Amino acid sequence: MKLLTCPMNGTRPLSEFIFGGEYREGPDQNTCTDAEWAAFVHNRSGAPGDKKEWWYHSPSGTWFIAERNTLTDKVSRTYLLGANNNNSNTAQEASK
Amino acid sequence: MTLRTSKQVGEWINRNKKISFKFEGEQFTAFEGDTISSALWAADQKVLGRSFKYHRPRGVLSLANHDVNVLMTDGIDTNIRADVVEVKDGMVLTAVNTTGGVKKDKSSYIDSISPLLPVGFYYKAFHTPRRFFPFWEKVIRNAAGLGIVNFDYPRILKRKQHSHCDVLVIGAGPTGLTAAYEAAQAGLEVTLVDENRQVGGSLTYDRGGETAASKQLNDLLIKVANQSNIKMLTGTYAAGYYPDHLIPVVSEGGINKVRAKTVIVASGAFEQPPVFRYNDLPGVMLGSAAQRLIYRYGVKPFNNGIVVTANDYGYRVALDLLEAGTKVVAVVDLRKGTNTCGAAITLAKRGIKIYAGYCVYEALASSDKSSVRGAVLCEYDNIANVALTKNKLTLECDGIAMSAGWAPAGALLYQAGTGMQFDNSVQQFVPSRLPAGIFAAGKVNGIFDLEQRLQDGKRAANEALRYLGLEAPQITVARPVGQPSDLSCPSHPYPMVPHDKGKNFVDFDEDIQIKDFVNAAKEGFDNIELMKRFTTVGMGPSQGKHSNMNAIRILARIRDLPVEKIGTTTSRPFFHPTPIGHLGGRGFHAHRLTSLHDWHQANGAVFTDIGAWKRAAYYPTNGQTKEQAIQTEAMAVRTAAGIIDGSSFGKIEVHGPDAAEFLERFFTGSYKTQKVGRCRYVMLLDDSGVIADDGIASRLADDLFYLSIGTSNAAAVYREMQRSQQMWQLDIGLVNVTGAFGAINIAGPVARTILSALTDLDLSYESFPISSVRESHVAGVEARLIRVAFVSDVGYELHIPMAHVPHVWNALLEAGKQHGLRPFGSDTQRLLRLEMGHPMPGVDTDGLTNPFEIGADWAIEMNKPYFIGQRSLQILAKRPLRKQLVPFVLAENFKGEMPMDCNLVVDGRAILGRVTSIAYSKFINRCIGFAYVSPAKTAVGSTFEIRTDSGTLVKATVAAAPFIQNQKGA
Repeated sequence: MKLLTCPMNGTRPLSEFIFGGEYREGPDQNTCTDAEWAAFVHNRSGAPGDKKEWWYHSPSGTWFIAERNTLTDKVSRTYLLGANNNNSNTAQEASK
Repeated sequence: MTLRTSKQVGEWINRNKKISFKFEGEQFTAFEGDTISSALWAADQKVLGRSFKYHRPRGVLSLANHDVNVLMTDGIDTNIRADVVEVKDGMVLTAVNTTGGVKKDKSSYIDSISPLLPVGFYYKAFHTPRRFFPFWEKVIRNAAGLGIVNFDYPRILKRKQHSHCDVLVIGAGPTGLTAAYEAAQAGLEVTLVDENRQVGGSLTYDRGGETAASKQLNDLLIKVANQSNIKMLTGTYAAGYYPDHLIPVVSEGGINKVRAKTVIVASGAFEQPPVFRYNDLPGVMLGSAAQRLIYRYGVKPFNNGIVVTANDYGYRVALDLLEAGTKVVAVVDLRKGTNTCGAAITLAKRGIKIYAGYCVYEALASSDKSSVRGAVLCEYDNIANVALTKNKLTLECDGIAMSAGWAPAGALLYQAGTGMQFDNSVQQFVPSRLPAGIFAAGKVNGIFDLEQRLQDGKRAANEALRYLGLEAPQITVARPVGQPSDLSCPSHPYPMVPHDKGKNFVDFDEDIQIKDFVNAAKEGFDNIELMKRFTTVGMGPSQGKHSNMNAIRILARIRDLPVEKIGTTTSRPFFHPTPIGHLGGRGFHAHRLTSLHDWHQANGAVFTDIGAWKRAAYYPTNGQTKEQAIQTEAMAVRTAAGIIDGSSFGKIEVHGPDAAEFLERFFTGSYKTQKVGRCRYVMLLDDSGVIADDGIASRLADDLFYLSIGTSNAAAVYREMQRSQQMWQLDIGLVNVTGAFGAINIAGPVARTILSALTDLDLSYESFPISSVRESHVAGVEARLIRVAFVSDVGYELHIPMAHVPHVWNALLEAGKQHGLRPFGSDTQRLLRLEMGHPMPGVDTDGLTNPFEIGADWAIEMNKPYFIGQRSLQILAKRPLRKQLVPFVLAENFKGEMPMDCNLVVDGRAILGRVTSIAYSKFINRCIGFAYVSPAKTAVGSTFEIRTDSGTLVKATVAAAPFIQNQKGA
C-alpha cells in the first residue's frame, strides 16, 4: 500500500486518505465567458504528468495538496493550501 | 534398501529421533527434520507423484519450491509440497492426481495417446457438434485440476501482522547474510527472510565435495547471531512487492506486512533443467536437488549416476555425489574444450570420465517406466544445438544430475518496476535500472562467484546505507564479461536436445515439450505472453520457476531473435501460492448504530443500510408484509402520530462570526437575513450546478448555525465544507456532531399534544411556527426542537445527546400510548414525504439534475456575489428546460400493472422522462409519484404515459403537491 504524507499528521498509509480530484484554478466567474466556464467545469486533461491533487486525511479531516506525477505515481510534495501554509513536506523527507 | 549416507556436517535432520508416516498405504520411517520427499527417497521410493496431463511417474526434480512433481494430500490440505514440507509423525499421505495410486496410476494410458493431445487441442476439438459439448466438458473437468477439494475443510483464520524495519533483506544465502550483517553493523533494524527452514542458501548444499562452505556458513551465522538488530524469519517467503516498499512476508502462521525503508533482494537463482528426452524420469534431477538431498538430509540421490552439465556447477555436483558414495559413471558436458576449473581437475584425478562436447540424447527408462536404467550419449553440436546421432553411446546408470544454467528469482524486482536486461556474458536477465530504495545482490544480480557474492552483499548494504543518508564507501562488483561459450559462463545459451520422439520436457508442471512451443508458434502464438497462455507454460503451481527461461530461449530460437527481444512474462503477486485463509482473514464491515438499535431489534424492526448506518426500515407485526407494515405505520402518522429514529441524520455545527457568510457561499439560499430561532432550507450544488444534497439550517445564535442533512451523504457534505473552508479561510469553525446528537422526529395530528406532556415549551402554532427552532427540555433532557414539515405538517425533530435518546424515546411512547402513537421506519418515511410532495436528492434527482428541473428556483438566491454552482446556473437559466419533475397520480382505483421507479415516461417511441418515486398511499387511496416529463406536460391535469416493465402503457395525470390536505393553522 502506498504511503502519503499529510502536512499536519506526517506519513500515513493510503487507506487513511480520500482522493479529492485534481486541483485547478478556475477562471474568474464574473468576467469569464460561458464557454470558458463550461470548459473549466467539464474538461480535464488526461495526459499523464505532474499534477496538483486534492487529498483528504480522513481521521483528522485535513485537506491538502499533493504534487504527484501520474505516470510514475511519485508524490514530490504535499502542503496545505493557502498563502500562510509553508509547512510543506517533500516525499524525500517523509521517507526518512 | 536405504540410500541414507553417513552423517553430513550441517545436516538438517536429527538422527536420534525417528518418526513414522504413511504414504499411499505403506508405512515409512524418517528422521525428524526430513521432508516428505527426502524420507521417501531415502527409502528408495522414487515414484512420488504423477504429472498433470500425461500422468507420467515423477520423482524429485528441484527438491525446492521450483517444481510440483510431488504434490500430496492428507485429505484436508490438497497441495502439500512434499519436497519442502517437513514430515510429521503419523502423517497419512497420498499423491494427488492419480487414479488408483501413484504406482499403478490407471490414467497413465494418457501418456501413450499423448500424440493425440497436442497443446490447445481442447480449445478446438470439442465445440462441435455442440450437443456433445456438455459430455466433453464433464470429461475435461474431471481430468483437469490436481487433487480433490475437501469441502468439509476446517476454517482456519490467520491474523495479519504488520511490522516495520529499516532494511528488508530477501534471501538468507551468503549474499543476503552478508548484506544483513553489514547493514546491522551500521545500527539499522534489519529483517531477513528466507523461504527455507534454515538459512544459508547455497552454502547449505553447494560444496563441491569440500567442507569449506559449511565452515564459511558457520562463521557468517555467528556474526549474524551476534547482531541483536537482525530479525531473522525462516520458513517465510516474500510474496510480493507493493508501493513504497510494502512486502507481505508469508509463513505458516499467516501474512506479515513488512514496511521497509529500503529493500535488498538477494533471492538467488532457480536452477534450470536441460531439455532432453525423458528428462522427467524419477532419478533425473537437478544438480542442486542432488546436493540438497546429500547435505541437508543425508540421502544419496542414486548409486550409479551420470552428471550432465553445461557449466562448472556440474563438476561440483559430481564431487558432492562422490562424497555421498555415489559412483559417478561420467560427466557429460555440452561444451567442448578441456575444463580447467578446480573441480574438473579433481574429478579427472579421481578417474572420472568426462565427455566434453557431448549431450544426453535420451534417458532410458526401466521396463516399468518408473526409473532410469541408462542414458544415451551423443556428440553435441553447440551451434545448431542438436545431437549428432551418428555415434550413440549407451551408459548404464540409475540416476542423472543436471546442471545447465540458472534463472534469476527476480519476481519481486519485476513487480517493483525494475528494468531488466539480458546480459549475454552470464546468459541471464539482470537488473539494469533499479527503483529508488531497492537493491539487488548475488545470483539474482548475475554474480555467481562465491567471494564476489559476499562482496556484492556488502556493496548492496552500503548502497542501502547511503540511500538512507548514512555514510558508507562505494564498492564495485562487476559481472564477468565474455562470450557465452566461455567455460566460466554459469548458464548455457540453449541447453536443448531435440528428439524425434519428443517427451523432452520444458515445463514439468504442465507436461510441455519442445514441440508444443513449435506448434504454438505455428498457430500464431509467437509472442511470449500469447505463447504462455496457449501452451500454459509457467501457468502451473510453480509459475515458471523452472520453465520460463527455457521457454523464452526456445521462442527466441523459433523467431530467430535475441533473447533480449523476447522479454519475459509479467510477474505479479503472489510469488508463491498463498492459502486463501491467509489472505481472507477476518471480515470487517464497520456499521454505525444509533443508541436505539437494541430497541429497534427488540421490536422486530427490519433494518436497511443507509450510508454507514443501520436504520430501522419498518416494523412488521403479526406476519405483516412489508407493504402492509408501511401502510399501517403511515396511517398512524396521518391519523394520530408516529415517531422515527432520525439519529443517523448528518448534523453539523457552523460556529463563528462568518458562519452566515460561509453558508451563503456554500449553499444556494440566503442566510445573513435569517433570524435566530428560524430555520431555512439549504441546497448544495456542485460546480456544474447539479444538486448534491439538501437539508435544514437552524440558526441558534448570530454566530451558530445547526445543520441537519440526509443520512447517506452527510460525511461527504461535511468533507466538502472542510475543503471549501480550506480555500476560503473564513472566521468559522466546523464541528461534525452527527454522532454526538441523536434525533427523534414525532409527527402527526396529535404530535403536539403528546409532546406538550413532556416539555414546558410553548408549542402553540403562533409562538412555535413551522420552520423554527427552540432550545428547551424534553422529558428532562436538553433538546433542540425543530419544527419541520417533512413527513407531516405537524412535526418536531428533537435533537438530543445520543446517549439520552432511548430515555426520551421511551417517554414519548409512554406519553403517546393513549393517543395511538407508534414508531415508523425509514421506508415509511419515504411514503410520507411523497404524500407531502417533497422530492429527495439522490432519489428524485440524479447526477445531471439541476435545481430548475425540480422547480427549486425558490431555493436559489442568484443575486448573491457567489455560491458553489452559481456560474453554471447562470448559463443554465438562459436555456430552455429539457425535462421537469412533476407530481402525478394514477387513475382512481387503478388495478393494472403498477409502474416502478425508473420506468420510462414515453410518447409513442419518444422518451420524455422517467418515474423517480411511486407508491400506493392508503391514506389518499391513490397511486402517487414523481416523474420527469417534458416541460410541455407540466400543467396540473395534463396526462402522460408510463411504460411498465412488461410494456403496457399506464396513464398518469399531473397533480398538485402536496397530495394531502394540511391542517388549518399548523
